[in-house]
Amino acid sequence: MRLSDAPKGANAVVQSVTDAHPSDPIAQRLRDLGFVAGEPVRLVARGPLGGDPLLIQIGSTRFALRKAEAARVDVSVGDAA
Amino acid sequence: MSATAMRIALVGNPNCGKTALFNQLTGGRQKVANYAGVTVERKEGRFVAPSGRTLHVLDLPGAYSFEATSPDEAITRDVCYGRYPGEAAPDLIVCVADATNLRLHLRFVLEVRRLGRPVVLALNMMDAARRRGIVIDVDALSRRLGVPVVETIAVKRGGAQALIERIDASVPKVTPAPIDEATVEQLHAEVRSILADTVTLPRDTVALDDAIDRWVLHPVFGLAILATLMFLVFQAVFSWAQPVMDAIQAGIAALGTTVTGFLPEGSALHSLLNDGLFAGLGAVLVFLPQILILFLFILVLEESGYLPRAAFLLDRMMFRVGLTGRAFIPLLSSFACAIPGIMATRSIQDPRDRLTTILVAPLMTCSARLPVYTLLIAAFIPDRTVAGVFNLQGIVLFTLYFAGIFSALGVAFVIKRLRKDKSEHALIMELPSYRLPNVRDIALGLWERAVIFLKRVGGIILALTVLLWFLSSFPGPPEGATQPAIDYSIAGRLGRLLEYVFAPIGFNWQICIALVPGLAAREVAVAALGTVYAMSGSDDALASQLGPVISHQWSLATALSLLAWYVFAPQCMSTLAVIRRETNSWRNVAVAAGYLFGLAYLASLATYQIARALT
Repeated sequence: MRLSDAPKGANAVVQSVTDAHPSDPIAQRLRDLGFVAGEPVRLVARGPLGGDPLLIQIGSTRFALRKAEAARVDVSVGDAA
Repeated sequence: MSATAMRIALVGNPNCGKTALFNQLTGGRQKVANYAGVTVERKEGRFVAPSGRTLHVLDLPGAYSFEATSPDEAITRDVCYGRYPGEAAPDLIVCVADATNLRLHLRFVLEVRRLGRPVVLALNMMDAARRRGIVIDVDALSRRLGVPVVETIAVKRGGAQALIERIDASVPKVTPAPIDEATVEQLHAEVRSILADTVTLPRDTVALDDAIDRWVLHPVFGLAILATLMFLVFQAVFSWAQPVMDAIQAGIAALGTTVTGFLPEGSALHSLLNDGLFAGLGAVLVFLPQILILFLFILVLEESGYLPRAAFLLDRMMFRVGLTGRAFIPLLSSFACAIPGIMATRSIQDPRDRLTTILVAPLMTCSARLPVYTLLIAAFIPDRTVAGVFNLQGIVLFTLYFAGIFSALGVAFVIKRLRKDKSEHALIMELPSYRLPNVRDIALGLWERAVIFLKRVGGIILALTVLLWFLSSFPGPPEGATQPAIDYSIAGRLGRLLEYVFAPIGFNWQICIALVPGLAAREVAVAALGTVYAMSGSDDALASQLGPVISHQWSLATALSLLAWYVFAPQCMSTLAVIRRETNSWRNVAVAAGYLFGLAYLASLATYQIARALT
């Protein structure tokens, strides 16, 4: 499932980050920030207008990602917290 | 170390407290400039170590990775690699990491270690880490990384003592890094393994952060809190700045009178000093109160961690028109004055987003337009109630404000369409932990902004004001002249020439002449109109005399056309000067001035022709 489609509050684990196009700087940046296979992530909140951007917790850090950015991250979702 | 001073570079992730540490080390002994050819800020300072050595410290822009995605990060990378032209490679790299956020920050530490240069790791915010029950085995961490590790608390007096002692002791030896060409996954795996061995983390997040964010990022309450905060900022800017601005203007005028008191009244030198030099000085200094108050709020909001939250709330709306959530604060500031607004765009990382924000900021209705608006509205718009409750004059003023906002959105949208580089703009923005702002860091930040404005922008404004004085004063009127002196000057002749251009939009020659000195600042146009119509007195008295005269002599279409002109026209050299400074490019100044004048002309043309057809 794409991180952008994950349910709010659910604990998920990153599977992979997909390049949207060859040498995609945004995908590279996401990997640099810790979105690599096996990392636990959580969708904490959605923006007030159109549910965009998303607030993602990874480790102790929170990032605001636009939907198009979060869609690059594939996750598997466990049970909702 | 030899005779040359040791050069230290501070590097670290954004939000690691690097700049606070830099302030702690160097105090006020800082030099802020730009890196050659780009608008990335270069901050250098020095301090004398206990051993008596002078150390030069370079505060490099925050970076998540050497895989740079912004001009800031590219500079950090190039300086660290020792390949930035004109910048010597640092003798020692102090890598700063937030002890409460090591999972993110350690990865960059590993990247820095791979450079093969002497590195010291400063574990910053150790106080916060202890409060959260995070236990770090510093010795084990140092062994695993192969670099010396010291604890720091950048916001506490003496909190950098351990770092200073470590730097002063000796340059650490470089141990070859175990992995040379690690993949991202390998680096993260190494971080995980180091953390598992050296750090005990009770829980991932701060309960207080979670609690605040639940309200602050709430779809309804969050927006309400944001609106309330912004309202307070605006109240403060207008109610605190105005008396100081009045005092500055009065003070400068009094100073001018005193200094020029011994010169004969009416001599060219008297006029140059009074109406050129001191007027220019006043024009520069009068912006300071608003700049300082706005930046006080911006810095507090930034340091406390709220600013990225505001950007989060508004990103969607701003993104639609080709901007970013981060553009909100600069654009809002521009309602007070475009100058601090444009200076505040530094918090926007993407250079394309930043340029768009700078280009549309002058469309926000700044406070200097108000005197012109009130004069014209009072003279031409009847004080009448419409639909039972609304005041017609109020509606016109409201319309003028919204014309500015909507055209800014439209222009941003057009810029987005015209741009050749269509690659995706990233948001990917960290929302740091909330923290109490530190007084010294705020004070140094304010001082920096004031110096930048006075040194880089003030010079241009002063020079142009003096130039405008020449244009408006020479040549002087001939013997037995019947018209006001400005009619005979170069500005007067320019105004007469401009009448050919401006006749289609309904401007008479008096308006055209007033537009020339009005370039100094929008509100000067009122005084200039007074001069052209040969009146004198204080601004308020002038406005009350001028009102009846223009309402008698101008048509309604002309007045509306002039209002439309002021919504768009870049009648403010200071704004153009600050665009030059902030983008480091005259081309951008030309683009901004060109499109704003173009829009102003078209809007006035449409307004005048439609109003004439209807009346």
